[in-house]
Amino acid sequence: MQEPDTDPIRSALADATFLAYREAVIRLPPDVKRAIERASASETNPVARGEFANIIRNISLAEELAVPLCQDTGVPIVYLTLPPEVPLTSTVYDAVAEGVRHATREVPLRPNVVDPITRKNTGNNTGAGMPAIHVKPGDRFTVTILPKGAGAENVSRIAMLLPSQKDQIENFIVETVLNAGGKPCPPVILGVGIGGTFDGAAALAKEALLLPVDWMDETEEKICRAVNRLGIGPMGLGGATTALAVKIKTAGCHTASLPVAVNVQCWANRHATVEVKW
Amino acid sequence: MVNPCVQLKTPLGDEVLRLRAGDCVELSGTVYTARDEAHMRMQEAGIPFDPQGAAIYHCGPVILDNRIVAAGPTTSARMNELSGFLIDRGVRALIGKGGMGSTVREQLKGKGVYLAFTGGCAALASARMKLKGVFFEDLGMAEAVWAIELDHLPLVVGIDANGNDLFDSVMKKAASEYRCYRESGSACGPCRKE
Repeated sequence: MQEPDTDPIRSALADATFLAYREAVIRLPPDVKRAIERASASETNPVARGEFANIIRNISLAEELAVPLCQDTGVPIVYLTLPPEVPLTSTVYDAVAEGVRHATREVPLRPNVVDPITRKNTGNNTGAGMPAIHVKPGDRFTVTILPKGAGAENVSRIAMLLPSQKDQIENFIVETVLNAGGKPCPPVILGVGIGGTFDGAAALAKEALLLPVDWMDETEEKICRAVNRLGIGPMGLGGATTALAVKIKTAGCHTASLPVAVNVQCWANRHATVEVKW
Repeated sequence: MVNPCVQLKTPLGDEVLRLRAGDCVELSGTVYTARDEAHMRMQEAGIPFDPQGAAIYHCGPVILDNRIVAAGPTTSARMNELSGFLIDRGVRALIGKGGMGSTVREQLKGKGVYLAFTGGCAALASARMKLKGVFFEDLGMAEAVWAIELDHLPLVVGIDANGNDLFDSVMKKAASEYRCYRESGSACGPCRKE
């Protein structure tokens, strides 16, 4: 069997990473825009209506001017699907990092990645373990970029509940939003991971942010209503919409555990997927 | 249907004392960006612009070739303990997101206001801005003090000069809603407070 040539993979994946990053920071996915427009139409509080008007104007201006929606262009969270013919080698990781550095220069992105202790900025949005790359097998070769801003990430939480505390899950989510107040730039989207392990629940919560947010199942809908009763509203200035959506992902867990993670995301639920052509 | 916004232009004067928390404001004129590092530098090295009637914008912009690419607000609460000297020297408005603590609320009484700009709206902000100059450029792009000319930036009065704080009253209501939610259980119906 012939060894696949890795160089074309490298340049194609770097290019696709660059394109996905640029798309993600400039243009919100259609389901996110729909959720924002729907919530805006149902607001009666004049301050909240003003905040939504700014958000909607900002979304269209970013597209029109081809500039980032928000100056916090986040840190690079990357999801890859690899088809059987693409081997998972260090080339894959290098290519994604190259695409991130390219996007940082060209879009441009704010250099956000620093050493956690010295706080020294690497200047190019890469560093040890960054970009954070998650790989799954798939039919197609795709790269998804989820640029994660700090305001919302910083108020995210995880709880190792007891199996008997199943009815505390909703409360934990509502309490997370109450503690966060206006800090995460509401209206927020709540990615919730239930089950798995300590680290796995957090990863699930982040992945849940990629699910369509203009639709919720009954459980998600119920939690979202409980959150919105808090009345924190857009930017913490009051209103009916504190959360645009709650999205849940679950995984099997130990019979003695119930991990629950809430990854808070601001209204700019940015992500974009590009197919890698090589 | 929508209330007309109060038009303000820098340098600001006593007109800010008449604003009420929740009012809509459109601000024009010069603002100066400042985050944590710039506040600390100004405390040591002095304020590099005339603070009388000035407006401070809590923002770390993205600048490319002397052009403002993105300039949304950063979290103001980080500057809670760093803003008093600016207000004492005549600064009339602090602009940012998320509101500020009770220290600043007291410091603003009879002197100035806190204006909230919608978080994440960096493209809208940059479309209403022109770059005029920079101080403390050695602090880096995000932390430097950028002088920016605003053209009708839409803002909300978060804290007025009478000590009314919209963020604080919203969070007090949220806390009481939460207590009510906890007491009535997770399957509760409509819940009225008080």
